[in-house]
Amino acid sequence: MIGFAVLALLLIASAIFTVTARKPVYSVVGLLVNFVALAATYLTLQAEFLAVIQIVVYSGAILILFVFVIALLSSGTKAFDIGPDRMPRVVWPALLFGIVGAGGIAFAAVRTVTVPVAVAGQTGQAGVFGSVADFGNALFLQNILPFEVTAFILMVAVIGVVLLAGDEIPPRRRPRRPRESISPPREPIAR
Amino acid sequence: MNVPAAAYVVLSAILFFIGIVGVIARRNPLIQLMSIELLFNSANLALVAFARTWDANVGHIFVFLVVTVAAAEAAIGLAIVAIVFRRTTFVDVDEVATLKG
Repeated sequence: MIGFAVLALLLIASAIFTVTARKPVYSVVGLLVNFVALAATYLTLQAEFLAVIQIVVYSGAILILFVFVIALLSSGTKAFDIGPDRMPRVVWPALLFGIVGAGGIAFAAVRTVTVPVAVAGQTGQAGVFGSVADFGNALFLQNILPFEVTAFILMVAVIGVVLLAGDEIPPRRRPRRPRESISPPREPIAR
Repeated sequence: MNVPAAAYVVLSAILFFIGIVGVIARRNPLIQLMSIELLFNSANLALVAFARTWDANVGHIFVFLVVTVAAAEAAIGLAIVAIVFRRTTFVDVDEVATLKG
């Protein structure tokens, strides 16, 4: 319980820092802390493979992409200098909605079951919930179609990114001369 | 030692609201994209908590799908930001209104 409280505080604090940071680079740092804390939270929920995925994909790939784009865009003139922010107008209604929503969810879920926190030494064996073997079994034997859908999504994303951010479109070859049309030219439509 | 499942769900809701505030209030497109990542992560947290609660493995598969979609979204979103910035040096998302009808 204490571990969960620490992780929750870390998650919320890093998320708030990410949203309210002045520069995108500071946001990236906050987001990194958030991702790592979330991976630790997954570990308390016995989802060890997802914790590894969280570290590798989010902290390893997506954040590096963000850092690259920030470095690319802010190398020239002063880029992304934040102007007048909408934060002061939004923060109080959002806070109100957040507190009411979280309170409502807590009130509705008070009678649900509790989650046993993972015991050290229990995870990692085959057949244990959340282990790599368990996840692979569920992914490749029972849910093979979603796995292939993810492959398709990634392929479409790669093609889209190459089309968007690639170089200029190479000049087309000269279009062919249109063939002589067989049908006589159309009469203009009378209006 | 047990933690109520509602605690995880409430934590997920709080993170989701923080992310929504980030998407709505910030004008920097990069920070907006990062806030969208926060939204994905909060949904993932709820899914993992429910999967652990009911001993259902399918929640992990859902999280796998969401991670894939988040990666694709980040790649395409950053590509769009880069290409828009290459054409017009904008500092504000509201100034990008080329597609406005």
